[in-house]
Amino acid sequence: MKMTGAEMIVAALQAEEVDVIFGYPGGKVLNLYDAFYDSSIQHYLSRHEQGAIHAADGYARVTGKAGVVFTTSGPGATNLVTGLANAYMDSVPLVVFTGQVATTLIGTDAFQEADIFGITQPVTKHNYLVTDVNELPRIIKEAFYLAKTGRPGPVLIDLPTDVQVAAGEFKYPSTVNIPGYNPTLDGHPVQINRAAQAIAQAEKPVIYAGGGVVISGAQQLLLELAEKANIPVTTTLMGLGGFPGTHPLSLGMLGMHGTYYANMAVHESDLIIAVGARFDDRVTGKLSHFARTAKIIHIDIDPAEIGKNVSVDIPIVGDVTRVLTSLVQKVKGKTHEAWLEKIAQWRRQAPLTYVQAEDAEVLPQYVIESIYQVTEGEALIATEVGQHQMWAAQYYLFKKPRAFISSGGLGTMGYGFPASLGVQIGAPGQTVFCIAGDGSFQMNLQELATAVAYQLPVKVAIINNHYLGMVRQWQEMFYGGRYASVDLQQSPDFVKLAEAFGAVGLRVQKPREVVPAIEKALATPGPVVIDFHVRAEENVFPMVPPNSGISEMVRGNEA
Amino acid sequence: MKHVLAVLVEDKPGVLVRVAGLFARRGFNIESLAVGRTQDPGISRMTIEVEADERTLEQVEKQLHKLINVLKISNLTVEPSVHRELLLIKVKATAATRAEIQHIVETFRAKVVDVALNSLIIEVTGNEEKLQAIQLLLAPYGILEVVRTGKIALLRGAKTTKNGEEQKNGKNVL
Repeated sequence: MKMTGAEMIVAALQAEEVDVIFGYPGGKVLNLYDAFYDSSIQHYLSRHEQGAIHAADGYARVTGKAGVVFTTSGPGATNLVTGLANAYMDSVPLVVFTGQVATTLIGTDAFQEADIFGITQPVTKHNYLVTDVNELPRIIKEAFYLAKTGRPGPVLIDLPTDVQVAAGEFKYPSTVNIPGYNPTLDGHPVQINRAAQAIAQAEKPVIYAGGGVVISGAQQLLLELAEKANIPVTTTLMGLGGFPGTHPLSLGMLGMHGTYYANMAVHESDLIIAVGARFDDRVTGKLSHFARTAKIIHIDIDPAEIGKNVSVDIPIVGDVTRVLTSLVQKVKGKTHEAWLEKIAQWRRQAPLTYVQAEDAEVLPQYVIESIYQVTEGEALIATEVGQHQMWAAQYYLFKKPRAFISSGGLGTMGYGFPASLGVQIGAPGQTVFCIAGDGSFQMNLQELATAVAYQLPVKVAIINNHYLGMVRQWQEMFYGGRYASVDLQQSPDFVKLAEAFGAVGLRVQKPREVVPAIEKALATPGPVVIDFHVRAEENVFPMVPPNSGISEMVRGNEA
Repeated sequence: MKHVLAVLVEDKPGVLVRVAGLFARRGFNIESLAVGRTQDPGISRMTIEVEADERTLEQVEKQLHKLINVLKISNLTVEPSVHRELLLIKVKATAATRAEIQHIVETFRAKVVDVALNSLIIEVTGNEEKLQAIQLLLAPYGILEVVRTGKIALLRGAKTTKNGEEQKNGKNVL
């Protein structure tokens, strides 16, 4: 069937069963937007291209589908770079379409021309510059396939205007042929046997579960493995919800702001079973001190992650679900009583705790725990980046995967709020909270207009300490209290700001107001911003200081 | 240690930038890089000489594999192989020195490919040691300009670095 390039994109997205797009139009995608004008695919107009791509990312994380983004050329496209890097670091499937100047103008510094194909190579799984309309169906098919399979990631397609208007034969391929791309899915049976033997021999094993468990949908298998052999489980930030945080075998998060007992367990372990995790520096602390007595089993779909940061004894390349399916069958029941008792001692010695006095300032931890209590742990939580993010990771116990939506690898301030809108779009009818800092929220607060326009009932909890809190904490602890450029006293009145956008704003200044405000926000239709004024100089503990081993935690108040 | 990698890639726009960019951003050192077409249409071969310890080399190979346009990577350092590079040297030559230079050229089985009043261009192929040696011997006459192609290499015997003989990522880590 003859179609224009723009019409092909509509048809291809329908074939891929895409029902929502996040985007922002402009001069070089007029044809594309015109082709979509009559389509049944819902387009969400953001107020900034970065908002659109973060929303698509949040949508992808909560649904497991690929998020789709449209923007124009030049500045529209360059505004996506942070969002692409963010999705690339956290392995989020996105298919991003950018307009481009006509092929005849490429390279001439034309109006709104940017070499987005060149700019985005390091932050995409793959990218394309389409120069022939007849290649478009194949390219779109490949883009969705690459984005969603193997280790997922963002794929960008750059579309010159003349390709959008050119006509060609449209036949959407049913298969792909990408000779240089063939991810290993099944783990090597010899290695899986070796892993099962190592688990049988281990006396102090720990499962270290990452985002790969969530992406692969392997939470049930992980639970089976842990329960069968009584192995405690710690998760990374990305792995939260991959194992129920309320389970007796759960140690919570490990790493820089992980629990004392998770870090001690890893430190003294004799076998670490890394599942879909990548030994990031925020997890390992000083590498030469990391788990020196442990054997390491590393299961990951990306061979390049194995042996990248730590030496691995039993590498298993494959999809976490497939590998765990085989491994669970081969693992034998064990009790590990002494080891679990040792961990219980650490837990008693240094639990995650804080003391909220009734007439004192509100503590941020209390706000998070109150949201957890009121929502009964069932809300979908998107966060910004900083102290509030770490408190959310510590005090909100996630029971299910795809419920904690946070920028892990890139640590993108300004991610959480637009992402929460995508989360709400992907999970209509569910309670969505955005836990934000007063700094992070101001990086993409223009998306309040998007939230109001589509009446997305996201509840934004601003943990307002009037500082760039995490930076201030480091300055306090490691720079002699010299607070360089972290004071945010001059912020807008967030209640009035919410109202100016047409949302509801609430302010909380006393501990007794916290729970009623959360309840009121939940009872209010549409988006609500709650400005929680919290203790300004509260620090996140435990903390593994930079260049320290993970057993060398500063335990702060609760020590 | 220096390693010579033969990398088969799809002949697509941007593939050289993808490979070079990967080396740059991950801090890998390229000693030399030569690219050209192969007997298969649509497939180019890059010969990359890289300075790396074993662990870095493993990362280089794994990261290269992640590029969608990369089809196959072989390390030609670990197997018997022929390594060659072509060098062109423009050297000062007077009536008095021309014969001496000619003698060096013959000894190295090199060729004079351009003769001018005060200079010669010499073409020489060989391995690293040979190229260094002739450059050293010609230096006293006054080297005006040097250009090198970068190393290329093939496995000895009938064995080849062909695409499609094994799955790219399918080779599991044991």
